[in-house]
Amino acid sequence: MLDFPPWKKWLTWATVIVGVLLAVPTLLSGTSIGPQLPAWMNKTKVNLGLDLAGGSYILLEAQTSDVRNQRLETMRDTILGEMRRAPRIAIGDISTRDGRISFMVRDVTQIDAVRERLLPLTAGAGLTGQRDWNIEVRDTTRVVMTPTEAGLAQATEQAMVDATEVVRRRVDELGTREPTIIRQGSNRIVVQVPGLQDPQALKELLGKTARLEFKLVDTAADPAQLARGQAPIGSQVLPYPSSGAPIAVKRSTIISGDQIADARQEYDPQTGAPIVGIRFNSEGGRRFARVTQENTGKPFAIIVDNSVISAPNINEQILGGAASISGGFTVESANQLAIALRSGKLPVDLTVIEESTISPELGADSIQSGVIAGVIGTLAIVVLMLFAYLRFGVYANIALVVNVLMILGVMALFNATLTLPGIAGFVLTIGAAVDANVLINERIREERRRGRSVNSAVEFGYKEATRAIFDANVTNAIAAVMMFVFGAGPVRGFAVVLIIGIVTSVFTAVTFTRLMVADWLKKRPRELVI
Amino acid sequence: MRPLKLVPDNTNIDFMSFRKIAAVISTVMVIASLALLVTRGLNFGIDFVGGQLVRVTFSQDVEIEQLRARVDALGVGEPTIQQFGSARDIAIRLPVPENETPASASQAAQKLRDTIEQAYPGARVGSVEAVSGKVSGELFEKGALALGLAMIAIAIYIWFRFEWQFGVGALLALAQDMIVVLGFFAATQLEFDLNTIAALLTIIGYSLNDKIVIFDRVRENLRKFRRMGIVEILNLSINETLSRTVMTSLSITMPLLVLVFFGPDVIFGFSLAMALGIIVGTWSSMFVGNGILIQFNVSPENFDRKAVTANANAERVAPRER
Repeated sequence: MLDFPPWKKWLTWATVIVGVLLAVPTLLSGTSIGPQLPAWMNKTKVNLGLDLAGGSYILLEAQTSDVRNQRLETMRDTILGEMRRAPRIAIGDISTRDGRISFMVRDVTQIDAVRERLLPLTAGAGLTGQRDWNIEVRDTTRVVMTPTEAGLAQATEQAMVDATEVVRRRVDELGTREPTIIRQGSNRIVVQVPGLQDPQALKELLGKTARLEFKLVDTAADPAQLARGQAPIGSQVLPYPSSGAPIAVKRSTIISGDQIADARQEYDPQTGAPIVGIRFNSEGGRRFARVTQENTGKPFAIIVDNSVISAPNINEQILGGAASISGGFTVESANQLAIALRSGKLPVDLTVIEESTISPELGADSIQSGVIAGVIGTLAIVVLMLFAYLRFGVYANIALVVNVLMILGVMALFNATLTLPGIAGFVLTIGAAVDANVLINERIREERRRGRSVNSAVEFGYKEATRAIFDANVTNAIAAVMMFVFGAGPVRGFAVVLIIGIVTSVFTAVTFTRLMVADWLKKRPRELVI
Repeated sequence: MRPLKLVPDNTNIDFMSFRKIAAVISTVMVIASLALLVTRGLNFGIDFVGGQLVRVTFSQDVEIEQLRARVDALGVGEPTIQQFGSARDIAIRLPVPENETPASASQAAQKLRDTIEQAYPGARVGSVEAVSGKVSGELFEKGALALGLAMIAIAIYIWFRFEWQFGVGALLALAQDMIVVLGFFAATQLEFDLNTIAALLTIIGYSLNDKIVIFDRVRENLRKFRRMGIVEILNLSINETLSRTVMTSLSITMPLLVLVFFGPDVIFGFSLAMALGIIVGTWSSMFVGNGILIQFNVSPENFDRKAVTANANAERVAPRER
């Protein structure tokens, strides 16, 4: 047990050295030397959690029911378009109630033709080979299209992937450093921005769906009817915050945000007020030119997220594919809208359901007092161990320091994040490591008292104590794995440190000290003071 | 130089003669804790009940009543205002608004923050947290689930590795530790949040360590002294591991006490809970875990058929090298 073959000896030392070296970039990161390290070294570093480094954490939840409704709406529009195609098939009574689309086919003999046109609109979804819509004919003339669960799941998944991408673009636009954006579960997105102190702008930006639409104003609407919230057929009432009174607009969209190529905050050349300048792509430009030509002299509404921003008159045909939105903006709000428009529309609405912002000062306070406490505590242990076990205490202390460095090193290797509960994990691990050495050393003492020789006392001490150390660590590992799998947030941060710490502390407290002890025993000491 | 010995060699304290009184003390502690939990309840942090928490450091002393009036005027709910650390460090907590929409927690927190920054120039907002009721429910479920499953899995492992009596002993001892620490949180009304769950898990970890060390020695002695009664075996085992218990408790309590007195205010409750947990854990290893072994009258026979396999397992951990 105390006989280390050379390969084992070198392997142990190599592990110790590599583990300690991996911790170096982390330890230096707070000092002036940190930034001078080569980039590849700085990549293996322990990240500080937001509770220690300061910054903002935002948990967004998507309204996935939106996806269901949008799919219905889109499908209804597609069906209408398909049936209008020559030869035209007359349909009527189309509705999107109860989560499905249903309509009547006026001529019973055309039912099969309808079915043939609808079939290509559905596609396979998921792995089951199921289609994304079911088509059935009821009472010979009514066609009902029901979205399948598989289709819906696929659409939701796609919407979430797109939404995450849009969120990423918007956060990047704010110029914050090292943001983390992760999908969580089926309908959530986590945004973490280290150092960000006031998340208000970010929240507003992420809360904007940025669905831009240009629609014609319905000038025929009766003001009295409008005040009651009713609009003429084919129109809808929308709020118009800057004018105070709601406004009626035609339902059909002239042009939508999908046709935007770019959006920037600019200044109105005449008034100097902040505006948002947009450029359409070629298709959008052509369509805009046509519509403005046909409707010269009439007002149109610029609508963002179902709220009218402004409703200017079309004075002349607008060519060149550019337009501007004015409407009582400040520089910030114009800039925000521009970012939201050019980063694309969110496929689903996002709501902030959890938020936490920690100032760097508070984080730094936590680290500082944590470090002070850690240093004092470690010193206390080191002194106690030294006086209690002398030479063996020195070994235990070396192992303790190596253990701390190795935990940091392994965490750096996996780019793990250290949080406040993670520090608790550290305390527990250090405790367990010290306990292992106490167990071993007490056992050696005991064996010595029973009259064993130095060598055999040490050997038995390690052997007998290892059993208890093993059991204790396996139980803790089981607990740690449970916490990691089933826990959330801080509990996981704790579990990560614990799992790493269990491995490194067994290695340092048992294997590494045994190596040092074995080297000393080679000198054939006649007495062991312990 | 002679090594420092905190516990003299060959102690022979009759711990188990104290076990009836210890059982009474344990029962009283558990009942008192449960009563406290029922009557006062835990002061759940916003992680678990939702709401908003804003920590502010003011540039000068503030009138708490005036601050309360200002927050009240916002109409976002009844605030809880507490000092932490110095007199200028104030934590303001708001409950989840009644007609909660998913976003309202975050909006209310922003209102609160804006008001404070306007009314008290120079005040620094240390942290803002907002948790909606929906998320908080999930966080609580996950925390409780992790805690419960961890305890059960541990008991099963001990059952396999030792004997079922030891598993039951460990589980009951752990349950006592948890209940007493929870009772402490109910009594002091220290905030109970996700960080506290981490503290509880740490306590479980430490407390287990302690129990396994003693159980391991009990198992060893049961095999060694086949004719000794269980009470004598337990006494012997506790005495033999006593110096280890004292050394380890001391070396773990020291850094914890340092954390309590010099550590970040945010983890004050956390460190205090852990320090308490260690004391309770040591107590329960000695009297609860072992008490169960006496109740079940564990004897060497329990180990006879397992002796071979248990040894084989031990071999794997520490291979005998010539």
